[in-house]
Amino acid sequence: MSRTFVSIIKKEFLHIVRDYQTLIIIVLMPVMMLLLYGYAITLEMREIKIAIVDHSKTPQSRALINHITSSNFFDIKARNVPESQFEDLFQQRLVRSVLVIPQDFSRSLNSNPQTPVQLLIDASDPNAANYILKYLSQIVTEFEIEQNPRLHFPFRVVPRLLYNPDLKSEYFFVPGLIAVIILLISALLTSLAIVREKERGTFEQILVSPVHAYQIVVGKVIPYIALGFVDSVIILVFGHFWFKVPVEGSILLLLGSLILYLLTGLSFGLFVSTITESQRVAMIVTLLMTILPTIMLSGFIFPIPSMPVIFQYISQIIPATHFLKIIRGILLKGSGLADLKNQLFYLVLLASFLIAVSIRKFKTTLE
Amino acid sequence: MNTKPLVVENLKKSFGKVSALRGVDLSVDRGEIFGLIGPDGAGKTTFIRIVVSLLNADEGAVYFQGKPVRENIAYVRSRIGYMPQRFSLYPDLTVEENLRFFGDLFGVPLKIQKERMERLYRFSRLGAFKDRRADALSGGMKQKLALSCMLMHEPEVIVMDEPTYGVDPVSRSELWEILRTLTDEGRTILVSTAYMDEAQLCDRVGLIFKGEVLAQGKPDSLLNLITDPLYMVKTPQPHRVYFELLKHFEAVDCNIFGNGVHVIDRHSVGAEQIAKILKQSNFDFDEITPIRPGIEDVFLKLIRTANPSAKPEQRGELSA
Repeated sequence: MSRTFVSIIKKEFLHIVRDYQTLIIIVLMPVMMLLLYGYAITLEMREIKIAIVDHSKTPQSRALINHITSSNFFDIKARNVPESQFEDLFQQRLVRSVLVIPQDFSRSLNSNPQTPVQLLIDASDPNAANYILKYLSQIVTEFEIEQNPRLHFPFRVVPRLLYNPDLKSEYFFVPGLIAVIILLISALLTSLAIVREKERGTFEQILVSPVHAYQIVVGKVIPYIALGFVDSVIILVFGHFWFKVPVEGSILLLLGSLILYLLTGLSFGLFVSTITESQRVAMIVTLLMTILPTIMLSGFIFPIPSMPVIFQYISQIIPATHFLKIIRGILLKGSGLADLKNQLFYLVLLASFLIAVSIRKFKTTLE
Repeated sequence: MNTKPLVVENLKKSFGKVSALRGVDLSVDRGEIFGLIGPDGAGKTTFIRIVVSLLNADEGAVYFQGKPVRENIAYVRSRIGYMPQRFSLYPDLTVEENLRFFGDLFGVPLKIQKERMERLYRFSRLGAFKDRRADALSGGMKQKLALSCMLMHEPEVIVMDEPTYGVDPVSRSELWEILRTLTDEGRTILVSTAYMDEAQLCDRVGLIFKGEVLAQGKPDSLLNLITDPLYMVKTPQPHRVYFELLKHFEAVDCNIFGNGVHVIDRHSVGAEQIAKILKQSNFDFDEITPIRPGIEDVFLKLIRTANPSAKPEQRGELSA
């Protein structure tokens, strides 16, 4: 390693340290995002506002209401409002749903095989509407079993949850955050750092020197590898000790795949820097090509099998899809090298391909 | 064997349909300052970028110390000193860090770096600011820092693209003094500028316009290209006087300057006759005096002769 090369790395470190605002963001961002996802953002709903209209007013109807209140899914905001006010309740967002128990509820329960109960749901947020429907159906099923001992189910599903028995969402988002943040640093920051030199004209200056262009680029990139690595370790440590996310598999394999994923992001960043001339464009291209698909299509938040088929194919191109399998596998399932070889192989392949393309496209002149 | 520092033969370059260079020939001798003078858009930057191997010419060749640049990029890049047009150092690094970085870039041993830095501080007077960040320097000091960074590897041939652009007059003359010191040490300098008055500070100049070198030689010998008498009509209203004179002289011969109009008197009209013409039409003027032509007069004459139809506003911006 020549002194020139060390000097380039040193210079890049100085740039990072001098730009302390960005540095603070880079170091604090993972912690902030962890806290946000850990406490503020949950994918499940609690205390859904509901109005209940009980036309029946019988012990059975009260028992049903009791079932609803005793779960912490629902928060009864209004009772026995006239039908004319339903619209207002929804419009003013006082409730998300209204349950109407008919007058003949008890009678029908005893005589008819099926008893209709009306449920109105505000489906302007379809996801929330789904949850409400799901929760209420569960409660109603429990109620039915209790109220109707003659009811006979042919079989019962006995679930056993593996790897994350408490369904903790931390187990889900800590690996996801690592995938997003590493990409943010390795792809976005490196492409910006290289394009910044082009924009400032410093690239033109240092091209006219005995240094090879690849030395410049590799020298610039190394500090960001270090930075991305530190950030992912922060997330891992914080996730493990604060949110108690387990590390079931080998730490060595974990760190190795972290670096591999970093390199993949980096190769994206390099590629972007070879096709753009301004930081603004580089930023937009990187966000569109890497960050956005990683959040939306990698299975970080939305499960891949529920996507339209075309997006399922696209998700297979995104490195984060594979990295999430790797990191979730290592952290939660204790997967080993043999279990993850396909994913690891894909990352190696993608990184090598992008680096090869970038080298070919990398210009040492201003043509 | 040709071992001149720089020889350029029939250089042509176009970007799409725009031809930036239409066959430029010139050579720079050892130890001289060669000034490439021309307005913005004349092709100076393109020319310089080809010389320093950053662009490839469509036709023609550049020889650096006798070697063709295109085939010897690494050789050229490690020996030439190049200063691009824009300030292109690292604004967030200090003066000293910038110097060290460029020293390292060219593999200058640390001990020698230290000696050179001391020397560069002395003649750029940047020593007092060595811990200041580059973005906190004034325009003139920035240029001196850029120059110093480029001198860290002591190049024998120095190529600078408009180093005095946007620099205050005091710093400009300091910069030129430094350039002269460098050639006194035996270095060769190719410098471009849009300031006509800097021509006199060069040993030889090339006048470039629309991708062609219209004339080259010693500044004084270029002045001899105007053989007819030249008069300066000093007036507070140069524009109005100019248009009046156009009625009697060819457009090729009249040029507006800041304090009056320069007229090349090809047909021996004489100062008295010009005064009479202007008095007849009641034009205000202070005096009419014969003057020695400047580079700008030569330049304008050459441009007009090359493109007789060119109107003043199509000449491009010229700074006196």
